[in-house]
Amino acid sequence: MSVLVYTESDQGVFKKAAFEVASYAKAIATDLGTTVTAIAINANDTAALGTYGVDNVLQVNNDTLKAFNANAYAQVIKQAAEKENATVVVVSSSADSKYLAPLLSVGLNAGYASNVIAKPESTSPFKVKRTAFTNKAFEITEITSEVKIVGVSNNSFGLVESSGNASAEDFSPSVPDLGITVESVDKASDKVSIADAEIVVSGGRGLKGPENWGMVEDLADVLGAATACSKPVSDLGWRPHSEHVGQTGKPVASNLYIAIGISGAIQHLAGINASKVKVVINTDPEAPFFKAADYGVVGDAFEVVPTLIEKLKAFKAQQ
Amino acid sequence: MKILVCISHVPDTTSKINFTDNDTKFDTTGVQFVINPNDEFGLTRAMWFKEKQGASVTVVNVGGPETEPTLRKALAIGADEAIRVNTPATDGFSVAKQLAHIAQSGSFDLVIAGRESIDYNGGMVPGMIAGLNQVNFVNNCIGLEIEGTTAKAIREIDGGKETVATSLPLVIGGQKGLVEESDLRIPNMRGIMMARKKPLTVAEPITATAQTSSKAFEKPAPKGAVTLVAPDNLDELVNLLHNEAKVI
Repeated sequence: MSVLVYTESDQGVFKKAAFEVASYAKAIATDLGTTVTAIAINANDTAALGTYGVDNVLQVNNDTLKAFNANAYAQVIKQAAEKENATVVVVSSSADSKYLAPLLSVGLNAGYASNVIAKPESTSPFKVKRTAFTNKAFEITEITSEVKIVGVSNNSFGLVESSGNASAEDFSPSVPDLGITVESVDKASDKVSIADAEIVVSGGRGLKGPENWGMVEDLADVLGAATACSKPVSDLGWRPHSEHVGQTGKPVASNLYIAIGISGAIQHLAGINASKVKVVINTDPEAPFFKAADYGVVGDAFEVVPTLIEKLKAFKAQQ
Repeated sequence: MKILVCISHVPDTTSKINFTDNDTKFDTTGVQFVINPNDEFGLTRAMWFKEKQGASVTVVNVGGPETEPTLRKALAIGADEAIRVNTPATDGFSVAKQLAHIAQSGSFDLVIAGRESIDYNGGMVPGMIAGLNQVNFVNNCIGLEIEGTTAKAIREIDGGKETVATSLPLVIGGQKGLVEESDLRIPNMRGIMMARKKPLTVAEPITATAQTSSKAFEKPAPKGAVTLVAPDNLDELVNLLHNEAKVI
């Protein structure tokens, strides 16, 4: 018996979320008095996982699994869970993990709680706290099945280092027919994705046009942030839909969310409310976003943002 | 092509979220219920397949009689028939089990469900239907074309999108992008009149054991007032973000 964690990677390199879910799995394993086993698919820097509490890594190297395939990955994780007799399986809240988790749930006959934001309140009964009603409430959910799957909300638990060494062993599960083949991928590889970002800089209609996004990108660059936008901006085609955050767009759970020229419609706020600290820059002091934000600047974005970039550059230079 | 669109009956986005019975139940007092937005994008895409490719569209919901107005609205938008599985929607797995049974017994080629409902945000029902029926599944789907039994779908991924090829039978976790918001349809009077005559079948549930149980709800702690920083004092903003919020 151990806690199994699926540690995601991109191009063979573990994502930050992998270390966060490993930290989370370690916390549960400590409560249960057991060890943490990670399942890593086509990622080889497994020693890094030891830093976050992983004891053993099941390492899968298989060319068929080169491109993500939810069903195949779910089958691989299922076999790892069965091999380890895992009673708890931890996954992240990335698009891929949220894609495979329901399939894994069926495969293991295991209850799945998504968007979990804290360590289980108790492990017997197994109760977790998760966001619900699009961040307008929290729900305490009990997972009643024998095997449990916990989907940890990104940036909710953080990274917790522990002094450990992860041993690795090769694992060769059977891989099912893929059923779905990837024909093309359209992804900006040099940019931080919204899901992975600790800081998100987002622009709204107040920026007046797509030609004005340079300063949003500059601000994001200084902060190592991802760029995002409000729904009207993606509807107008100023920015791609993949940058749209809000209720019908991508959810954001960053440490810092900076909204520029976004009024703060309820649907927008619902999607970004899980962010820890919110900053709003808007000319209209009556914009609803000021009620949801922690820090606000009432002013013209075209003056405030360039100055803020300079201040931040100076600050970063001092660090 | 037979399409099944799963409709979740959810509180309208602008609803006040409150709880009763010692914070264990959602308070429906004064709450208006709507078709889950992610499902509505899927329903609208299904209407496209009906009109352009002659597909039939059935909508289904798992829930009590109070959800029927939401199904009638889907019929008014243009679905051909509706099924209500007569059992409360308790957890994602038990709902998925009912829906998987309807999909399989009705030999549906394509099942479209929203990627998540805006109330419980579980995000698991579409995938579980696919897992239970062992059919192909594309989540976060923002584009779908079908020719014969082959399908081409676009999936939103972290930081971009990917195009995938697959085949029917297929389950889709849909969202905005399947159609645009401007394509969504408001039922017209004729649609509403016709919806009254369309079949709404009440199906009895199959046995399904829940795997999760909702125990209690909490509301977020009230937020303090915003700290305003003057636009000519942005050093202070940097200082606050670094020393007070500790996020940079």
